[in-house]
Amino acid sequence: MAQLFPEWSNRVPRLLLVGLILKITFIVFLFWYFGSPEYLEVGYAPKQPIDYSHRLHAGQLGMDCRYCHGGVEVSAEAGIPTAQTCMNCHSQIKTDSEKLTTLFAAWSGGEPIEWVKVHQLPDYVYFNHSAHVSVGVGCESCHGRVDRMEVVMQAEPLSMGWCLDCHTNPEPHLRPAELVTTMGWIAPDNQFQLASEIIAKKNIAPPIYCNGCHR
Amino acid sequence: MSQSTTYVPEPALVKGNHTFGSITALIADISEKPAPTWWYIAFGAANLLLGLLLVLIGYLVYEGTGIWGITNPVGWGWAIINFVWWVGIGHAGTLISAILFLFRQGWRTAINRFAEAMTIFAVICALVFPGIHIGRIWVAYWMFPIPNSMQMWPNFNSPLLWDVFAVSTYFTVSLLFWFVGLVPDFATLRDRVKSKLAAKIYGVLALGWTGGNRQWQNYEKSYMILAGLATPLVLSVHTIVSFDFAVSIIPGWHTTIFPPYFVAGAIFSGFAMVMTLMLIARKLYGLKDIMTDDHVEKMNLIILVTGNMVGFAYIMEFFIAWYSGVTYEKAAFINRAMGPYAWAYWTMFLCNVISPQFFWSKKMRRNIKVSFILSIVVNIGMWFERFVITVTSLAQDFLPSSWGYYSPTWVDIGTYIGTFGLFFTFFLLFLRFMPMVAIAEIKMVMPQADPHHYDEKHG
Repeated sequence: MAQLFPEWSNRVPRLLLVGLILKITFIVFLFWYFGSPEYLEVGYAPKQPIDYSHRLHAGQLGMDCRYCHGGVEVSAEAGIPTAQTCMNCHSQIKTDSEKLTTLFAAWSGGEPIEWVKVHQLPDYVYFNHSAHVSVGVGCESCHGRVDRMEVVMQAEPLSMGWCLDCHTNPEPHLRPAELVTTMGWIAPDNQFQLASEIIAKKNIAPPIYCNGCHR
Repeated sequence: MSQSTTYVPEPALVKGNHTFGSITALIADISEKPAPTWWYIAFGAANLLLGLLLVLIGYLVYEGTGIWGITNPVGWGWAIINFVWWVGIGHAGTLISAILFLFRQGWRTAINRFAEAMTIFAVICALVFPGIHIGRIWVAYWMFPIPNSMQMWPNFNSPLLWDVFAVSTYFTVSLLFWFVGLVPDFATLRDRVKSKLAAKIYGVLALGWTGGNRQWQNYEKSYMILAGLATPLVLSVHTIVSFDFAVSIIPGWHTTIFPPYFVAGAIFSGFAMVMTLMLIARKLYGLKDIMTDDHVEKMNLIILVTGNMVGFAYIMEFFIAWYSGVTYEKAAFINRAMGPYAWAYWTMFLCNVISPQFFWSKKMRRNIKVSFILSIVVNIGMWFERFVITVTSLAQDFLPSSWGYYSPTWVDIGTYIGTFGLFFTFFLLFLRFMPMVAIAEIKMVMPQADPHHYDEKHG
């Protein structure tokens, strides 16, 4: 009887088996790497209705974060400033700037400014700004060097794994609460001791159980 | 010295004075000749039901689990009942193929291929439910330890996770076992079929089998090793399925009797399912010489034994509920037998404990009609067993103010019926295209394989 298959077909089952294992590993890798927020979301910098520069206001002028984001210490939301907050200064400064037309329109009774939200968490995550700021997690720990950003950009992945990295090991990210808005804060040499004191004093126990954040 | 033992000859395992050639022809012809008309009708019906299943799964994915009858306090409804039921049915396959093989029970060869196929398809039907019951089907990968940016990892303390591994291991080993046994028979079909394409397909599946001495040696060794690996699985899978219930603290679930009780029930329902399918297949395909009345009797004995084990467990549960002195446990069992689900409890009891008692009589064991009807009754009873366990304990637990009554919706019922479509689509394809009896193995137990009556002299 003639042979049904050529000789090379003897190798096919082995190649298929090895190929299958490699393929599965490769697919998992593709999702793990290219599907992660670290790859997909970091660097997200949408165009805003006004060319507002954090680099100018927070960096060069040295305004405190809390001047505009006033809710950060007392509420879950840091808050987006109203047109009035801007007008506290801009009623006198740059009153003829074309860039501020949208602001003036909003202030004089038009539509509110539709700022585009950059740092989006899923609706099932109950993140609270005040809980983090009041124990000494700096703004820049999550939002990056905003004082250097012309347009606000997402600097960190904000993935659950990234949250847990700090929740399981908070020491490197804690600082005295009065320094939370400082940009470019450098950890002192005795950071671990300092952080341990803060943890003991404020009784910090970051939740790593599900309903800590998914209530 | 007088002989204290006498040789009782076993009845021949293959009747009808077949030759090796006629056995091959009898089984291989099923795959080679055109399918009978009833096959097309049955396949069409199975496909319709499969379509129903797929539509309802689509509806579930679109709408969420709210379309099922589950709500507070019964959060586990037909999905888990059907899952346990199908996995239980899947137990006969490994028992027949592995344990009976290790015990050198020659009669298994007539039904092992068949039962293993049934096992694999039943486990596929079972796996549908854990796959879809999560509602958010796109996160089904959370059941597996796959690295991800959420640092989510399966909870290794949870019996539900053990279940994922137990059932998938069981499925893999059963599939391998089935396939290894099929290799020589695929080669037989490869060499017999006329069509070039069919020869190629069977040839791929036969893995280049030539029937040489070296190949047979390796085959026997690997078959033995797989049987050894599969044997603990017969016990482990349903043990772990029972842990899904027993590890929780709900009264009526939190009992140590669950593992053996579930395993016995699984073998019970699995054998009943093999019986149902076997009696249909041997009639439609004229295989009475291979699947003889002796086989039916032996299987009925196993159904009787396991049925009594299950009955013992039912009664023992009540004894322990009383003996434990735990109020909640007692209340749970009184509610089972006399509460709102008493109708389900007594249906279960009648089907699983009373009905197999007919098999004490040899006449009943060998009666095909009785065997057929009881095999179906047993599987109805085993479905109700899972219903009783799941629903009664959840509907009435510690807090009377939160008690409720569970009813399924039409989607629950349709999904369950749909899994029969999935099962029979696979099974009919198996009957049509694969050798449904292990051709090579059955020849080893034929009277013709023992031309010198070697067994009788040295018995």
